[in-house]
Amino acid sequence: MMTRRLFVRGSAIVMAGIGAAPSWLARAAEGARGKRKTLVAIFQRGAADSLNVVVPFSEKRYYELRPTIGIAAPSGQNSGPAQNSAIDLDGRFGLHPQLQPLKAFWDKGQLAIVEATGSPDPSRSHFDAQDYMESGTPGKTSGDGWLNRALLPAGPETSPVRAIAMGAQLPRTLRGDRAAIAVNDMQSFQVGNQDTSSILESMYAGSADSRLERTGKDAFAAMKMIRSITQGPNNPPGNQQYFQGGELGRSLQQVARLIKADVGVEAAFAEVGGWDHHGNEPGQLANLLRQFGQALSAFCQDMGDRMDDIVLVTMSEFGRTAQENGNNGTDHGHGGAMMVLGGPVRGGKIYGRWPGLATEQLYEGRDLAVTTDFRAVLSELVAGHLGQTNLAQVFPGFTPGDRLGLLRS
Amino acid sequence: MRRTALLALASALCLAYANKKSADEARQFLKQIPNNEKITQALNRLTFGPRPGDAEQVRSQGLKKWIDLQLHPERIPENPVLAEKLKTLDTLTMSAEQLVQNYPTPQIVKQMVAGQMPFPTDPDRRMMIEKLVAKAEKKQGQAEQANPDAPEAQPLADLLPREQIRTLRTGTPEQRMAAFQALTKDRQADVIAALPAGMRQGLFQFAPPELRRRIELANGPQQVVARDLMEGKLLRAIYSNRQLDEVLADFWFNHFNVFLDKGADRYLVTAYEREAIRPHVLGKFKDLLEATAKSPAMLFYLDNWQSVGPDAPQLRGAVPKKGKRGLNENYGRELLELHTLGVDGGYTQRDVTEVARCFTGWTINQPQRGGTFAFNRRTHDNGEKVVLGVTIPAGGGMADGEKVLDIVAHHPSTARFISRKLAQRFVADEPPPALVERMAQTFLKSDGDLREVMRTMLDSKEAWSEGAYRSKMKSPLEMVTSAVRAVNGNVDFAFALANQVAQLGQPLYRKQEPTGYSNSSKEWVNSAGLLARMNFALQLANDKVPGVKVDTAAGMTLGSPEFQKK
Repeated sequence: MMTRRLFVRGSAIVMAGIGAAPSWLARAAEGARGKRKTLVAIFQRGAADSLNVVVPFSEKRYYELRPTIGIAAPSGQNSGPAQNSAIDLDGRFGLHPQLQPLKAFWDKGQLAIVEATGSPDPSRSHFDAQDYMESGTPGKTSGDGWLNRALLPAGPETSPVRAIAMGAQLPRTLRGDRAAIAVNDMQSFQVGNQDTSSILESMYAGSADSRLERTGKDAFAAMKMIRSITQGPNNPPGNQQYFQGGELGRSLQQVARLIKADVGVEAAFAEVGGWDHHGNEPGQLANLLRQFGQALSAFCQDMGDRMDDIVLVTMSEFGRTAQENGNNGTDHGHGGAMMVLGGPVRGGKIYGRWPGLATEQLYEGRDLAVTTDFRAVLSELVAGHLGQTNLAQVFPGFTPGDRLGLLRS
Repeated sequence: MRRTALLALASALCLAYANKKSADEARQFLKQIPNNEKITQALNRLTFGPRPGDAEQVRSQGLKKWIDLQLHPERIPENPVLAEKLKTLDTLTMSAEQLVQNYPTPQIVKQMVAGQMPFPTDPDRRMMIEKLVAKAEKKQGQAEQANPDAPEAQPLADLLPREQIRTLRTGTPEQRMAAFQALTKDRQADVIAALPAGMRQGLFQFAPPELRRRIELANGPQQVVARDLMEGKLLRAIYSNRQLDEVLADFWFNHFNVFLDKGADRYLVTAYEREAIRPHVLGKFKDLLEATAKSPAMLFYLDNWQSVGPDAPQLRGAVPKKGKRGLNENYGRELLELHTLGVDGGYTQRDVTEVARCFTGWTINQPQRGGTFAFNRRTHDNGEKVVLGVTIPAGGGMADGEKVLDIVAHHPSTARFISRKLAQRFVADEPPPALVERMAQTFLKSDGDLREVMRTMLDSKEAWSEGAYRSKMKSPLEMVTSAVRAVNGNVDFAFALANQVAQLGQPLYRKQEPTGYSNSSKEWVNSAGLLARMNFALQLANDKVPGVKVDTAAGMTLGSPEFQKK
């Protein structure tokens, strides 16, 4: 373990010196400047079983590895009732049947999927792998997160709610120098009355503890802005669908409300847990994916034309074993899949090189291999959508290779 | 070339800066704090926060003697107030089996009706459950338009005259209670079952403990178990005289975290905390580890109860039943990563799989009925295993798992990992390595005696240094309990406080991931959390937290930045 880490750390230092930006980067960033764009990151905590989310149904080997929990090929190609079979995307891969609401965005060319993506770090620890992915530094945990570093330096116009995480905690992804806030519930994001609030505000402003001083300052600034928003009416279309989207639906509904208020949200983070299906996977995964699909779909519909300026990306710390385990579930694996969704996305396409599922093609003989570093995916979005060209700052030690071309610009 | 040179220079400077910074930090851990501050530090770190008068008491007793007593909780007489408050929380002393029977899920209630399970013997509980059954049957009856003879749970309007309903809804607390207590017990049960949720809650706030219990049962018997756990934890944290024991119970439960809402764990966590965690927090680490390894709660939470060896007798030659059978690595991995060696403790994926093989057959009898630990020879992988370089010969049976526990409990990586985690909780977010090393040495020399490890830590200079003093943020649990203690609040019932802890970001017994909550301050400094803390402080001081009475105007103080630290 130690050697592996030392190696990764060592190589990071070497790579930092090379850092010649590929030429597409400058062009991509050029297009992103000027307009107010939002990048929404969604973390599926617990290691989502990508092989049952985006099903490689044309691989016979898939059904050999998963005789019990495998998702049937799209009806017509294999037996099984239609509602239990994958939704065909490109003749090779299909969405889990519960992700039907996302099919429309695939057809419209707004949804792209990156297959066999993940971290080069071999850890199968949820906690390390989440930390690494959120830090954007595989093999080590840094104090701040990639999405915070992806934000441009603050200017006079910068909003106090430019970076917002839904939840009671600020996730590592958004920790760092740029002001970022965690909001559990917009309605209750305030303190006492005007008087008590301003006294407390001044107490925090005068705190000798710099962390508390800064967090307090950010919190009160954001509070004032959010109060002005929550005083207005809120009747988004698709309220019901957000509700069916569970925890994630509720989070995205609030993100949507902020975006619609035009208060300068640049980065948003939402998370959904419960993907660690070591046993009885099929029912649990179906439930989660139903909510997942409803939540994303409700958000896109609510955003309407604003989707032209929004990119949403999903990630999970690693994938799961290619072979099902003995309990109708899967254990910790390696490669997974990411979804990229939004108006600027060149969707309707599966990205990334598919490594195959034969034993010798699997990572350590058991897991889907990683052929696309998750940082390659995020780099394109950070540069092309947020206009952050200093990728060495966002992903130190990582040089993106050939462009995937996830965004139209 | 120039660029490379610059970079080298920059990183050299960074390194020099980092070295200087860590040297500065190291010096902070050598500077002793004055005696008064030591007492503050002790009360902040070894208790759930000082109450008025605590500092004087420690001073007159002498800090050293006070610490020594806290390390021997059995020598401290327990607070009689606590015993009184815990009295109504009867689930805390029940076995898992008793919980299933007395606070059943809807499925178990069905089995009771079908005669497959006995009803609870306590008459109140039995009556409430029978009312619930009647209500459910009526619902079903309406749906099927059948069985007009089913006993009915009546709507409120059929039970009480309009006047009385109005009193129950809008009367003063005294009027509401008087109206309710004028009814016969049987009628009371009908009324509780028929009350809309809002009115039930309205009654709850003013009800004496015994009535509160019946109202909780009507809300859903199985929820009582979770509620008692949370209330028990908060009441102990606030009222116990054995404060360090409580802090350690929190620490070790969190270290060996299980998630209350995972299936059968709903009924297994109570006994887990009481019997696997609490007795060992100042004992031998090996005993603690073994108690968790054999606890149904952990076996269920980390799926080991379903793990079957690939070469187990049950599978050999037979066609595997659909799904259901095979090796599950979940416990094996977390045992090494989180419970003992730590992620950098020097194990491989191979070790994880081998450990998982050793634990095959460690399972639970009837988990859904409040099961017990069992070893199943037929699902155990009896082959040879190699764990961390140690060969475990074939044919060991249940002893394989015990051997693994023995290896990891005495491993130097475990000594270091556990010592660092304790030092992180009690001393500083980034504890000085020299201190951790001394604690680890004590761990290894004393056969993992946790009291001795604590003593090494508390005898150290570092624990009472500038570097440690008030350097940590309180967790939400610590914030809420220390606030109540600081203002000498009187807690009648604690579930509203538990909701506050959850709002602040730390739902009790409900951390889904086996990591437990972070011991590091960073986790708890964020905008949503800070605002929630301020709001809680204001509500508490304004007497707006149900179940808690305070007499103070300290809202601003409790919400201040200083109060968030310890």
